[in-house]
Amino acid sequence: MTSAAPTLAASLSAQFPTLAERPSLDWPAFNIPAAEVLTLLRHLRDAHGFDLLADLTAVDWAAGTSPRFTVVYHLFATERAEYVRVAADCASDVEPAMPTATEVWPGADWHERECFDLMGIQFPGHPDLRRILMWDGYPFHPLRKDFPLAGRETELPDDEVAAETGTKVIAAPMAGGPFVAHPDGTVSRSEPRALNQSWNEKKEKPAD
Amino acid sequence: MVSPTNEVLGYDSKVEGGLIVSRLDAVINWIRANSIWPMPMGLACCAIELMGSGASRFDISRFGAEVMRFPARQSDVMIVAGTVTYKMAVHLRRIYDQMAEPKWVIAMGACASTGGMYRSYATLQGVDRIVPVDVYISGCPPRPEAILDALVKMQDKVRQDRPLRKTLIGSMLPG
Repeated sequence: MTSAAPTLAASLSAQFPTLAERPSLDWPAFNIPAAEVLTLLRHLRDAHGFDLLADLTAVDWAAGTSPRFTVVYHLFATERAEYVRVAADCASDVEPAMPTATEVWPGADWHERECFDLMGIQFPGHPDLRRILMWDGYPFHPLRKDFPLAGRETELPDDEVAAETGTKVIAAPMAGGPFVAHPDGTVSRSEPRALNQSWNEKKEKPAD
Repeated sequence: MVSPTNEVLGYDSKVEGGLIVSRLDAVINWIRANSIWPMPMGLACCAIELMGSGASRFDISRFGAEVMRFPARQSDVMIVAGTVTYKMAVHLRRIYDQMAEPKWVIAMGACASTGGMYRSYATLQGVDRIVPVDVYISGCPPRPEAILDALVKMQDKVRQDRPLRKTLIGSMLPG
């Protein structure tokens, strides 16, 4: 994609011996141990002009794999319009943690809150690590691979409303879902629908 | 009394002195049904169609419901327009509790009625799980005509109500 990629890789490898190139279809990408990720991010920002943190997200490689959680940083150089990706594995598979990037980019604040909320990754040093989408007190991390799409039953965020309505947070009835689009065919065929429509909320799912 | 100039017996304001005889229930229902002030609970794209029904082309004021009131205590019907997340659901219920009686609820669109396409951990699967819904509107989002249709249906429902029965006087009436 860019002629600068090999030189960037060479330059970074010289400075960071633990750096490894990561397979990537478009822009250069690197793996780095969690302990050195902040040093690398700061170096990329100050010495290579990657001045914008375009995204900060995480991957769950599913329970049983180790390392299970990988935090991914997408950086952008606004003057050259070039991207670079940095990925760092979390040391613990049970209580994943990654040093906060808010001291390098203050904008990492909400990204890390989202990562904490949905993936359950701790960011030590973060100024205000609260849930950002789900409510405080929600017991799960819904984007983890072992969390079902429909959700799990739990209590409503408000005790008074829960007592008055008698309602709970329920696992959404999937009714043959999840709803997927067929890749080909006419529009009426390719629009999203449940793969198995032989069961629904009223009719039990047939045993496999 | 038969007027010497007009043999037809009917309403004569000069004779009756500006009086109209009716049932109190009918008068109250007539007032209520034609001045329903909505509480626009706009939560997603349905709210845009709700705005469309309020604008000049569809003109919801033809049905006396053009006064969108955000303060809950001034409104009569909560139009739940959009996807209700569990996080929002508790606030929606609190706003409903703050509305003064009599109050009604319209669930507008697939999401408010059933959760719609959001069969997920974050979305309330139908707003009728936390508030009593009077009229459901299908569509994703519904056309403004559908909103007006729902409003007319709700007016019918209001007209069938017997508000006097719910008062202290009504509880003392026979039957």
